[in-house]
Amino acid sequence: MPQQRPLDRRGVGAESGEARREFVVGPSPAAKREVRTVQTKLFVPRVGEELFLELAPIHGRSVPQTAGSYTRTMAQAPVLPRGFELPLEPRLPRIGSVDAVALEERAASLAKRSIKREAKVFALDLAVRMMDLTTLEGQDTPGKVAALASKAIRPDPSDGSVPSVAAICVYPNLVPTAVQRVEGSSVKVASVATAFPSGQSPLEAKLAEVRWVVEHGADEVDMVIDRGAFLSGRYAKVYDEIVQVKEACGDAHLKVILEVAELGTYDNVRRASLLAMAAGADFIKTSTGKLPGAATLPVTLCMLEAIRDVHAETGRMVGMKPAGGIRQAKQAVQYLVQLHETLGPDWLTPDLYRLGASSLLNDVLMQLRKEKTGTYQSPDYFTVD
Amino acid sequence: MTELERKQERAPVPSDWTYAPAPEARDIVTLREQYGHFVGGEWLEPKETYTTISPATEEPLAEVGQATPEEVAAAVDAARSAYENGWSEIAPSERAKYLFRIARILQERSREFAVLESLNGGKPIKESRDVDLPLSAAHFFYYAGWADKLEYAFPNQRPRPLGVAGQIIPWNFPLLMLAWKIAPALAAGNTVVLKPAETTPLSALLFCDVLRQAELPPGVVNIVTGDGRTGAEIVKSGGVDKVAFTGSTDVGKAIQRELAGSGKKLTLELGGKAANIIFDDAALDQAVEGIINGIYFNQGHVCCAGSRLLVQESIYEPVVDKLKRRLTTLRVGDPLDKNTDVGAINSKQQLEKIQQLVASGAEEGAEIYQPPCRLPEKGYWFAPTVFTNVAQSYRIAQEEIFGPVLSILTFRTPEEAVEKANNTPYGLSAGVWTEKGSRILWMAERLRAGVVWANTYNRFDPSSPFGGYKESGFGREGGRHGLEPYLRLT
Repeated sequence: MPQQRPLDRRGVGAESGEARREFVVGPSPAAKREVRTVQTKLFVPRVGEELFLELAPIHGRSVPQTAGSYTRTMAQAPVLPRGFELPLEPRLPRIGSVDAVALEERAASLAKRSIKREAKVFALDLAVRMMDLTTLEGQDTPGKVAALASKAIRPDPSDGSVPSVAAICVYPNLVPTAVQRVEGSSVKVASVATAFPSGQSPLEAKLAEVRWVVEHGADEVDMVIDRGAFLSGRYAKVYDEIVQVKEACGDAHLKVILEVAELGTYDNVRRASLLAMAAGADFIKTSTGKLPGAATLPVTLCMLEAIRDVHAETGRMVGMKPAGGIRQAKQAVQYLVQLHETLGPDWLTPDLYRLGASSLLNDVLMQLRKEKTGTYQSPDYFTVD
Repeated sequence: MTELERKQERAPVPSDWTYAPAPEARDIVTLREQYGHFVGGEWLEPKETYTTISPATEEPLAEVGQATPEEVAAAVDAARSAYENGWSEIAPSERAKYLFRIARILQERSREFAVLESLNGGKPIKESRDVDLPLSAAHFFYYAGWADKLEYAFPNQRPRPLGVAGQIIPWNFPLLMLAWKIAPALAAGNTVVLKPAETTPLSALLFCDVLRQAELPPGVVNIVTGDGRTGAEIVKSGGVDKVAFTGSTDVGKAIQRELAGSGKKLTLELGGKAANIIFDDAALDQAVEGIINGIYFNQGHVCCAGSRLLVQESIYEPVVDKLKRRLTTLRVGDPLDKNTDVGAINSKQQLEKIQQLVASGAEEGAEIYQPPCRLPEKGYWFAPTVFTNVAQSYRIAQEEIFGPVLSILTFRTPEEAVEKANNTPYGLSAGVWTEKGSRILWMAERLRAGVVWANTYNRFDPSSPFGGYKESGFGREGGRHGLEPYLRLT
C-alpha cells in the first residue's frame, strides 16, 4: 500500500525558488551530464531513450546554445517515458497516449452543457475579448485591414459595453498597416509567419520573416510547425525550429500552429503539443484555417489536456487557440465550457485563450444583442468588414 | 481612426463563470394523485397505499398501492388467463408487432419519461435522457426482432414459452430494468407480473399508459406496486412459472431458498464490487473519465459500478491527482437541471447505508477525499467521495456501497491485478484500461466477471448479454442469451 504519498507535485518547483521555467533540450546522455553539472540536477538517462527533454531554469542565452548541437543525434521514435517514474523533479509529463473514442465522448458530453441567460452573456462577452479577428487572404489590402482594425477596436458601434477583441491576425505584409490602425487601443497585432500555411521553406527564410514582422511591431507571431518533418519522425527538427523562432520573436508572444488536420491522430496532436510547449510556445494553436477539418472540440480538448499536464508538472501556464471552423456563437460557448471545465477559471482570460475566427464575431454580437434586448435583429444591423 | 475608438477601454472582466440554472420543464409530466395496480388491462383500486416522493426535495409526488396478497393473486390470475387465452398462441410476428409499437411509443414519449425518471428516482436528467430512455426503447426494438426468430436463436431445441413470469426490479434504473425484464419475456411468448421498486414506481405506472396505447392484449403485462412483502408474494405465488429478480444479494439469496425444489425457473442479477483496473500505459485522461463514469454515473447506484479502482502503482500519483481535480468539476444538484452530473441519492435508507459504510472506511484508516460542493438542504444527498490508502480487507473494499464512493487500491503486476480483482464474493463486471490489445484479452480471460469492459465503462447494448458470476447472480439479460431464461428448450 502506498503510504503518505505526496500527491501534489506542483509545489516542487516553487520550493526550489524557480518561479519561471523554460524547457531546454539536452543533446545526448554525455552532453546531458554537462548540463546536469551546471544545474546540479539529478538526471538518469534511460537506455534507448532518444528524445531528452528536460526542464531547466533560464540561463541567459542557453537555449540556442544547447539547441544547436543535438540535431544530428536525434532519432525518430517518439519514445518518452510511458508511465515511467524518472527521478527528475519538474519534468515533462509522460507523453502517453490518447483514446480517441473516449476523448470524443468527453468532448461531446461537454458540448451538451446548457448555458443560459447571464452565464451566456458572460461567455459571449468573453468570446469577444478572446477573439483573434482574422483575415488571411491573398486579396487582403491595407483598406481591408484598416476596416478590420476598426471593427476589432469597436465591434458594435451601437453598444459601447461590447469590449474590443484581443487581436487582429494578418499576413506579414499587412503588419505595418495593422499596427498603425490599432495604435492606442488594447487590440494586439498578430502576424502569421514561417511560410504560413505550409511551413515548407528554409529555416533562414522563416526566421527572417519572423524578425521582420516583430521589427514592424507585431505583438504576437503565429508560426506553423514543419508537418513534413513531424510526420517523418524528425521531431528534433520541429523542436529546433520552434526554439529558434521563439528566439527570433524576442518579446513577441509565440503561438505555434500544429495544423491538426494534417497530423492524423490525437496521439500525434498530443505529441506535437508537448513538443511545442517544451520548445517554448506561449500558445498552441490548432489550425491555419486553410484546410477543412480545422479546430474541433475533441482535438482542442486533447490539446487542453496536454496544457494541463504541463502545468501540473511545471507550473507553467501555456495558452490555447482553436482556430478555423468556429463560426457560430453557440460553438464559441461550447469551446469556453470545455476550457472552463478542463483548465479551470484561471484560463478564462485572453492572455491564455484565443478564438481564431473571421466570421464568428458578428454572430456573437447578434446573440449578445438578443440576450440584452430579447429579440433577434437582422444581420444588416451588424457591420460587415 | 476616431478619438472615440481610441478611448474605448476594456470593461472590467467578471471573474467567475457560474452556469445559470437550466432546468428541464416539469410540466410535460402529468401525475395522478393516486395510482392503483394495473391488472388485466384495468386499474385496480388499491386497498392500501403509500406515498412516493422525489428524493431530491422530499416532495410527495403521488399515492401508490401497496399490493396485498389478494391483489398479487389477481395479477397472477390475469397473467395466467392472458397466457392461456391467446398470448401463447398468437403468431410470433404479432408479438413482435406489439413490442415494436411499445418501442416507438417510448421513443415518442421519451422526454416525458426522462423527466419522470429523474423526478421520482433522483438521477440527473442528462442520464435519463441520454441513457435510460434510448436504451429502454432499444431493448424493446431488439427483442421485437427476436420474437419470430426463436427457432433460429435456438436451433433444434423447440423453444416454447414458460408461462407467467414474476419480475421484481430495482430502483436504480426503473424503466430500463423494466425493459430488460418485459421485452425478452414477451418476445418469448410469456405473460408478466412485474413489481417496480418501492421507491420508484412511477415510470412503471406511466408505462401502463404505453401498453394501452400499444393496444397490448389485457393481462399480458400486469404491474403491482409495493415493498418487499409484495415481492415475496410474487415469488411465493403458485401461478408463477419463472422468477426474475434484480436487486440486493441478500434478497436474492432469500428468493433462491424460497424457490428451492419448486421447479420454478430463476434468474438473479445481484450486487457487485467491480474492479476498474488502470495500467500504466493507459490513456490517462480518458481513463480518469472512465473512472468517473464508472463510479459516479447514476450516483453509483449501479450494480456493475467500478467501485474498486485498481491503479498500477507507477501511475498512482498522476491518476489520483487527475481524479481529484476532475471531482471538483462534477456538478451535484437538481436532477432536473440539464447541467447536473450527479443527482440525489435514491432514498433515505440508501443514504444511511452509504453514510454508515463511509464512516467505517474512515474508521478503518482509509483517507477520505470529497470535493468542495454545496449540497441542497432538502432531500437525500451525498458528495462524490474517494478513499485512498484502502486495504483489501476494509469493508469499503469488500462490501457493495451502491453510492458515489470509490475505493482506490494499487497493484504492481498484471497477475496481482487479476488476483485482487477476483478477490471478492461478487463477479458482475470489471474494467481494464490499457493501450495494449493483448493484455486486454489476457485480462478478460482471467477476470471472473460477467462483463469486462476495455477502455470504457458502463456501456450497455441490448445485443450484449449482461449478468454475473458467483454472488452477483446467474442467468443473462440482453442478447440472444437473454431469451433463454424465458424459454423451455428441449
